[in-house]
Amino acid sequence: MGTMPEDGIRTADGELNPAPNGSLPPTSLDDAVRDAEERRWTPAKIATWVAIALLGGVAWFMLAIVRGETVNAIWFVFASVCTYLIGYRFYSKVIERYLLKPDDRRATPAEYKADGKDYVRTDRNVLFGHHFAAIAGAGPLVGPVIAAQMGYLPGTIWIILGVVLAGAVQDYLVMFFSMRRGGRSLGQMAREELGVIGGTAALVATLLIMVIIVAILALVVVNALGESPWGVFSVGMTIPIALFMGVYLRYLRPGKVMEVSIIGFVLLMAAIIGGGAVAGTEWGAAFFHLDKVTIAWGLIVYGFIAAILPVWLLLAPRDYLSTFMKIGVIAMLALAIIVVRPEITVPAFSEFAGRENGPVFSGSLFPFLFVTIACGALSGFHALISSGTTPKLIEKERQTRFIGYGGMLMESFVAIMALVAAISIDRGIYFAMNAPAALTGGTVETAAQWVNGLGLAGVNITPDVLAQTASNVGEESIVSRSGGAPTLAVGLAHIMQQFIGGTGMMAFWYHFAIMFEALFILTAVDAGTRVARFMLQDSIGNFAPRFKEASWRPGAWLCTAIMVGAWGAVLLMGVTDPLGGINTLFPLFGIANQLLAAIALAVCMAIAAKRGSFKYLWIVAVPLAFTAVVTVTASIHKIFSSVPAVGYFANNGAFSKALADGKTSFGTAKTAAAMEAVVRNTMIQGWLSIIFVVLSIIVIITAVAATLKAFRNTTAGTPNVNNEDRPHPSRVYAPAGLIPTPAERELMAEWNKLPAEMRIERAGHH
Amino acid sequence: MSAAPGAARLLHPVAGAFRGFARYLQGVMGADAYRKYLQHHAAAGHGTPPLDERAFWRDRTDRQDTNPQGRCC
Repeated sequence: MGTMPEDGIRTADGELNPAPNGSLPPTSLDDAVRDAEERRWTPAKIATWVAIALLGGVAWFMLAIVRGETVNAIWFVFASVCTYLIGYRFYSKVIERYLLKPDDRRATPAEYKADGKDYVRTDRNVLFGHHFAAIAGAGPLVGPVIAAQMGYLPGTIWIILGVVLAGAVQDYLVMFFSMRRGGRSLGQMAREELGVIGGTAALVATLLIMVIIVAILALVVVNALGESPWGVFSVGMTIPIALFMGVYLRYLRPGKVMEVSIIGFVLLMAAIIGGGAVAGTEWGAAFFHLDKVTIAWGLIVYGFIAAILPVWLLLAPRDYLSTFMKIGVIAMLALAIIVVRPEITVPAFSEFAGRENGPVFSGSLFPFLFVTIACGALSGFHALISSGTTPKLIEKERQTRFIGYGGMLMESFVAIMALVAAISIDRGIYFAMNAPAALTGGTVETAAQWVNGLGLAGVNITPDVLAQTASNVGEESIVSRSGGAPTLAVGLAHIMQQFIGGTGMMAFWYHFAIMFEALFILTAVDAGTRVARFMLQDSIGNFAPRFKEASWRPGAWLCTAIMVGAWGAVLLMGVTDPLGGINTLFPLFGIANQLLAAIALAVCMAIAAKRGSFKYLWIVAVPLAFTAVVTVTASIHKIFSSVPAVGYFANNGAFSKALADGKTSFGTAKTAAAMEAVVRNTMIQGWLSIIFVVLSIIVIITAVAATLKAFRNTTAGTPNVNNEDRPHPSRVYAPAGLIPTPAERELMAEWNKLPAEMRIERAGHH
Repeated sequence: MSAAPGAARLLHPVAGAFRGFARYLQGVMGADAYRKYLQHHAAAGHGTPPLDERAFWRDRTDRQDTNPQGRCC
């Protein structure tokens, strides 16, 4: 690497003001010029923002106030996009101006550590797409679907306002602070800023949270593929396709990424179409008809092998495929929703919004809605991406607002579209699909009877409708296909068939949706296992140094086995759970993700305080307080609630007592063995909740302590420790946002006038 | 006869937009990594010759083996 490690202990301010290079144009827009430009409100500019605000206001009015029979999906698009634009233009500017204060005269790590490999200055628009592809996955596609149980409005408000005030703020802050630290990871920043106790707690919490997140993502795939020969075949085919792509890129035509992605995409489509044909044959239906436990074991074995295989063989090619699909699918979904504009019949608040015994997930609206929808509103997992990878590629400091804040707004939009797709299907079908088999009975007759017995307004479903929907999407049954993915797939098929292909294409679209969700999740499972394995190796390495050597096979294999074993155990627990795995485990997923967000925000608050930004600390403190209250309350419900459907230990107690009374069937558990499984599962889930919440509280307390210490230091005039890398003067210029402003264009023109050899030299090397 | 160049001119912006989009997609996918590496290598003025394309991609994926990048949910 080009530069030396940085010295660390320095004062927060008054540091090197990077001297402009005499022969080069300015590397930053003059502050006064930028200010003047931002504060000049021309009539056209005023009219544009008034129009955006009005359209957004009307859209929110249509969604939240007007109570018609139906509401058109287009209002979701307008409400979200207008709110994002306003949040981006005004709120993120406040964060930039008063809290982060980026300085384009400072070089970014991509400039001063440039190595042409990991540290590479990347065009801001390309990096936006790259970062978005890294943060968006199956999460925003699943959570909103499950949360739709409460009606569309609570989820919509949380997704849109949550991202503007919390989720995008977290991503932006973490990215900026990591960039100022040469691209350090969240774990390293936690250790530096919070000390050994806070840092260790953050590390352990991150590791456990990753296990839970990977396990529950895997559970979503298992639920989508169980008893679905078509799905098993087409998703299974992604493995040989990826292996082929890997070999192609390694030996046949190295570097032809687009070419191999297109080949892979064509093969993928062939696998989806072929899956229908294979599932239609007798042998195919018999051979690929697997129960969930078998698929779970298959996934565990796959997870271990995939994590120890070299990256080039499986992970890298599938990542290309996944990115390719991600961009295509999201563009297609947005286009379809805008063209089809489905009418939504789901009420704004459903009958379950005021209760805590909903069949899809249990618990009251506060706090459980806010943990059920994690990705899309606020996702702690993003802090792991926003630190580390992306900051090493940023070209100019001011671009972090566009990439960090803007990228997360984009993910939120994906969540809104997933919500729209899920609520565009009939409510009766929604509940029949998402309630556990223990409630629906598993057949179309029992499911229809159960759904109609719920007493939901306007819901009257017949067994024929359920059977017909299943046959339309090419499945044997859609009853109790919980986990969110199948519901989204039905919703997407429902919208897409109006756009392209008609009913005859529904089965294709359904399996297309299952395929891309599975692809995203498998990539996340594989990458998550690897990252967790390295974290574990690193931690064990503190006691047994050999483990730090990444190339030491036994260590790598052992740590991989431990991580896969951990998430595999949780996965099996979810698959075999008599209460219906997703329904009990999904809250744990959300709590884990939001606790990680709390950890990330806590670290950011400590850093912001050390920079002396007390007046604007609320920008971090408010979302931190909110997510801390939500997750701690949710954890307390899960640990202490006396309602068995909500509290893990209450449920444990109820089943233990039933067993002690000699009962052989209790609630939804029909055998003594199933009852014992419930006792075991609830105990594990309860303890996991306790561990998560304790670790997170430790991190938050250490962060608050660091913040207070910084405040005392500042008032006493003592300088705070600054862990930023030493500033280097920048020698390049690029505009900050999507569209350059007139002043930025002027400066760009100055740079473009430079002789070519001087501009090439810009990737300066030390 | 004159229709062909007319059509070509008409299609020109479409083709340009398509090329721009393809370039953008390549950037997002990381397909242009080798080109950027060469650029960097030339700019940094190393004495040693740059890696060839095959070796560069091999090195790139092999470094990911020991330096995994997270993918989000």
